Amino acid sequence: MLDSQTIVYDPDYEGPVISVQGLRNSFGDQVVHDNLDLEVRRGEILGVVGGSGTGKSVLMRSIIGLQTPKEGEISVFGQQILGESDAATIEMRKRWGVLFQGGALFSTLTVAENVMVPIREFYPEMDRDFRREVAKYKVCLSGLPPDAAPKYPSELSGGMRKRAGIARALALDPELLFLDEPTAGLDPIGAAAFDNLTKELQQTMGLTVFLITHDLDTLYAICDRVAVLADQRVIAVGTIDELLALDHPWIQEYFNGPRGRMASAGKKVTE
Amino acid sequence: MPSDFVEETTEDGAVTLRFSGDLSIASMGDLPERLRECVGAVQRLDISGTGYVDTVGAWLIHRTARDSGAEIIGADDDAQRLIAAVAGADQATDIRPDAPNPVVRVLNEVGEATVTAFTTLAGLTGFFGAIIVGFGRLMLHPSRIRWNAVIARFDVVGVRALGIIGLMSFLIGLVIAQQGAVQLRQFGAEVFTVNLVGRLTMRELGVLMTAIMVAGRSGSAFAAQIGTMKLTEEIDAMRTIGVSPVEALVLPRFIAAVIMLPLLGFYASVVAIIGGGLLSWVELDIPPATFFSRIREVVPLTDVYVGLVKAPVFGAIIAITGCYQGMQVKGNAEDVGKRTTAAVVQAIFLVIVLDAFFAVFFTWIGWD
Repeated sequence: MLDSQTIVYDPDYEGPVISVQGLRNSFGDQVVHDNLDLEVRRGEILGVVGGSGTGKSVLMRSIIGLQTPKEGEISVFGQQILGESDAATIEMRKRWGVLFQGGALFSTLTVAENVMVPIREFYPEMDRDFRREVAKYKVCLSGLPPDAAPKYPSELSGGMRKRAGIARALALDPELLFLDEPTAGLDPIGAAAFDNLTKELQQTMGLTVFLITHDLDTLYAICDRVAVLADQRVIAVGTIDELLALDHPWIQEYFNGPRGRMASAGKKVTE
Repeated sequence: MPSDFVEETTEDGAVTLRFSGDLSIASMGDLPERLRECVGAVQRLDISGTGYVDTVGAWLIHRTARDSGAEIIGADDDAQRLIAAVAGADQATDIRPDAPNPVVRVLNEVGEATVTAFTTLAGLTGFFGAIIVGFGRLMLHPSRIRWNAVIARFDVVGVRALGIIGLMSFLIGLVIAQQGAVQLRQFGAEVFTVNLVGRLTMRELGVLMTAIMVAGRSGSAFAAQIGTMKLTEEIDAMRTIGVSPVEALVLPRFIAAVIMLPLLGFYASVVAIIGGGLLSWVELDIPPATFFSRIREVVPLTDVYVGLVKAPVFGAIIAITGCYQGMQVKGNAEDVGKRTTAAVVQAIFLVIVLDAFFAVFFTWIGWD
């Protein structure tokens, strides 16, 4: 048993779900993050925005352990994750799901089999028939039509692939969901539907969502708070109204540019 | 807390399953199997005593209720919401697409392979025609020949292959001489090793092995390069600008392969003869000077012609299959891999088939 090394988590932990402190990431001479701090609260949808190249994806990769930062501390569910081995963080990894930008579905497996992969990996003792049932309802829960389950990723449209990716991310009923530009490349109708799905799943399953996006409509429609990445750190976190009150040129340009104003108007109309 | 349940019969005679502990994927254990055994005669599922419930737990309750017709009692708001959500997602579906009847599948595959073989052959012929047309146009306007591209291909297809083809041919010459010496010694005819090495390499193996190596090295590269350009829409961009992809991409490769293969093939034959000569010197005590004067006596000039006539044809086949398969790429990166494999396999196959025809043909015209 790995119990002696495994991080034992406390189910009643109520502090921030993700806490990043003093993070520094650099590639060669290029510093992506320097002294970056960020907290994600339980049950919120946190949108992460920033210009291209400000390291939004690098931040996500640092948190989920795909990228080892040069300096800093990252804790998820109150447990330090930096410097821990894969075996030690396995209990943590069961509690989060990740949707990568392109979906990152395994192309040789069907959608339902993709959903079964994490279940088989983390809960190998689960009854086979029950595992198949779980995969099936997860596919439908993610808003895919039933006939999509036995299809291969190459047979799906971009929007359906994103939904299949979310089905796999939700396979283990995680508490924390990472979404990397979920609406990129979707048509406006598909993007709006995906936003609704995210909100719906977040409310049904009590998820905390870390959502990287360029999509202003998504920010207005579903995000509880927004974190702005610029100058190698998080320059501000807050609701959009709070951010608008700040006097930072990038934030002003971002939310008060023509697209920002349009998204804001769209939000008011739907309300 | 691990999930568990007990079976109870209440006063009104209804069988009730009383659940306790967390109902989640992490705490579930063997609950699904145990529940399956006591489905059937259950009227109530009491989940009032459960802790944390996730969608997997909700699904288990929903499924048990569905299969046994039981009623769910004691669900709090969260559990009710989750059960409603999974009930909405309870739709008949499959994990994998239906597997067709094996007989039908085999017949299907045979049919598909046959059709593919014919369409590929037709496609290759058509593509060859396109190359000829492109070549003709180029001849009418020689200033449009992309010399830089052609010279660059000479370098990649020819010069950079010298090392590996030299090493391969040297070893092949060595092996032919060694095996020949062992067999011919039984008749006391070791001296004919020279004939064996000289004629076999000049006539057949020099060019054939070179063609196989070039198909693997350059045919695959042609398919992968053009295929990737097809995926990134570079070829479409070329067409819209008015540049013919055949002229810009295919012809330089075609010209390079057709010119380089005879040179490489001749070089390979010579290196193989040197390898054979070295072994004859060491093993059979035939000094190099004698070996080479014997080679000049026993290898007729027609053998050199045979090699040199075949080589450009093989070069053309390699360039055509490589470029054709590259142009056929569509969809995704996986297809580039498939097409590259197809390019090499078809090139080698066609080279060997044509080599057999050439053998018959040259014997027939008396060049034996």
